[in-house]
Amino acid sequence: MIRAASLLRASLASALLVVFAFLLFGPLANLALWSVAERWYTPYKLPVVYGTRYWEQVFRPTGDAMASLGTSIWIAILTVLIALALSVPAGYALGRLKLPMRALFMIVFLLPQAFPSVAIYINVARIFYHLGINGTVLGVVLVHAAHGLVYSVWIAAAAFAAVDKDLELAARNIGASALRTFFTVTLPLAAPGIIASGIFVFLESLDEFTGTFFVGVPQVITLPLLLYNAAMGGNYQVASITALILLVPSVLFMLFIERFLRADVLAKVGS
Amino acid sequence: MSLSQRQLALLLIAPGLALVAALFLYPLCFSLISAFTDPDGGFSLQAFAKAYELYSGDIFFTVVIVVTSCALTALVAVAIAGTLTLGENPWIVGTLRALYRWPLFIPFIVAAQCMRTFLAKNGLMNNTFVSLGLMEPLQAVSYLDWRGIIATFVWKQTPFVALLLAGALAALDRATLEAGRNLGASRLRVLIELALPQVLPTLLVALVLSFVTMLSVLSVPMMVAGSQPTMLTVDMAFRINAYGDYATANALGVITYLISAGAAILYLRHGMTKETAS
Repeated sequence: MIRAASLLRASLASALLVVFAFLLFGPLANLALWSVAERWYTPYKLPVVYGTRYWEQVFRPTGDAMASLGTSIWIAILTVLIALALSVPAGYALGRLKLPMRALFMIVFLLPQAFPSVAIYINVARIFYHLGINGTVLGVVLVHAAHGLVYSVWIAAAAFAAVDKDLELAARNIGASALRTFFTVTLPLAAPGIIASGIFVFLESLDEFTGTFFVGVPQVITLPLLLYNAAMGGNYQVASITALILLVPSVLFMLFIERFLRADVLAKVGS
Repeated sequence: MSLSQRQLALLLIAPGLALVAALFLYPLCFSLISAFTDPDGGFSLQAFAKAYELYSGDIFFTVVIVVTSCALTALVAVAIAGTLTLGENPWIVGTLRALYRWPLFIPFIVAAQCMRTFLAKNGLMNNTFVSLGLMEPLQAVSYLDWRGIIATFVWKQTPFVALLLAGALAALDRATLEAGRNLGASRLRVLIELALPQVLPTLLVALVLSFVTMLSVLSVPMMVAGSQPTMLTVDMAFRINAYGDYATANALGVITYLISAGAAILYLRHGMTKETAS
C-alpha cells in the first residue's frame, strides 16, 4: 500500500516536472525552429521547408546583423571600461575606507535600477538631444554605464571588503607604499570579483533595449534593436536568429556564474 | 598636503556619484518638473488630467498585470524553492535544480520573441496540445494579449525569485524543519508554517525588485501584446514618438513612480511591523 502511494507520488512529481520543462523550454524550442524554418505557415505544425538560408543572410559579412553585433560588442566593451573606471575607486572607498553616510551612497547607486526606467530614459534622451549626443555611441554607452553601475560598484565593494586586511598590513610592514600595496596586493586579490562585475556589466549592456530605444535611435542599432525591428517587420527568422545570438552569452553566464562569484564575495554584496 | 581617509574616500566615490546624478537624478527632476508644469511654465495638474482621461484604463491594466505576475511568480518560485529544499527524491530535485535557472539571464526582448511564437494561435504550445489530442484545432486561441504579458513576466522572473528564495531556505536551521517533519507535519505544512515565515523578507525583496522591473520593461508589452489595452511603458513611448508630448508622458512616468512607491511602502511597512513586534 505504502509502496503504491509513494510510486504514485513519484510519478505525479515526474509528470509535473515534464509539464514544467515543456513550459520552460517550449518557447526556446519554438525560437530555434523559427531560425531554421525557410517556410512555415498554417495549418502546418512544423516548418514546411527547413534550411539555413536566413543564417547565411544574417552572417553575411556585409549584413545588418554583423554590423549590429559589432556595434553591440563595441558599446558593451566601452561600457565595461567606463563602469570599471568609476567602480574600482568607488568600490574601494565603500568596501575599505571610512566613509560618512555609506549606506546612503550604496542606495544612490541602486536608484537607477529601483525606478521604472522608461520615464527616466525619455528625459535623458531629451537632455542628450540638446547636448547633441542623441543617436551616438557615446550617449548609449553613458546610459548603459549608469544602469550597470549598481552591479559593478556593489560587487567591487564586496570584493574589496573580502580581501584580508592582514595581507595589506604585512606588505606595508616590509616597506611597501600605500599605492604599491593597493596595486600589488589588494587589487589582484579583489580581481576575480571585479572581473565578475565586468562580465555582469557587459551582459547588461549587450541585452539592454529600453535605453538604446530612446537614446540610440535611429543611428545606433544594437542587436536587441535589430531583433525588435525584425520582429515588428514580421521577419521571424531574422528575429529568432538574432535572439539566439543574444542567448549564447546569457546561458553561458547562467551556467558558470558560481565560478565567477565566490561565495565569500557573494555573501558581502549589498552589505 | 595629505588627505584624511574620509576626504580620500569621498574623492574616490565622486566620479561614480556624478554619473548617477547626471543620468538619473537630473532627468528624474526633469520628469517631475515637466509633469507638473503647464505650457506657460506655471504649476498645473493638467498633464495628469489628460493622462488620466486618455489612459486610466491602461493604468488599471498595468497594475493588474504587474500584481498578478508577481503573485504567480511568488507561487511558482515558492513551489520550486520548496521542492529544492524539502524534496526527498534526489532525481527530481536534481533535475529541477538543473532546469529552473535557465531563463535567469535571458534578456526580456529574447523572452518576448520566444513567447510571441510560442503562445501564438499556431504556436508550438497550441500545436503540441492539438497533437497530443488535448485540444481540437478549432479551439486554439492566441494568448498574445494580457495573458501573454503575464506568462512572459512569470517565465522570466521566477528563476530570479526562486534563486534568492532557495538560497535563503538553504541557510535555515535544518533542525527546526526536521523536528517539524518528525512531529508528523507534511512537507507542505513544514514549508508554509515553518520555513516560509523565516524567509519572508527575502521573498518580499525579490518581489519588489521584480515588480519595479516589470513596470520598466518596454519590449514585452510592445512585442507580446500589440493592441489596446496596453501597459504604461508603451503609452509613454507612444506619447513621445508620435506627438513629442513630454508633459503627458512624464505625468504617466510619475504615475509609474507612484505605483512602484506603493510596492516599496508595502514592503517597508512589513519590515516596520516586524520590528515593533519583536
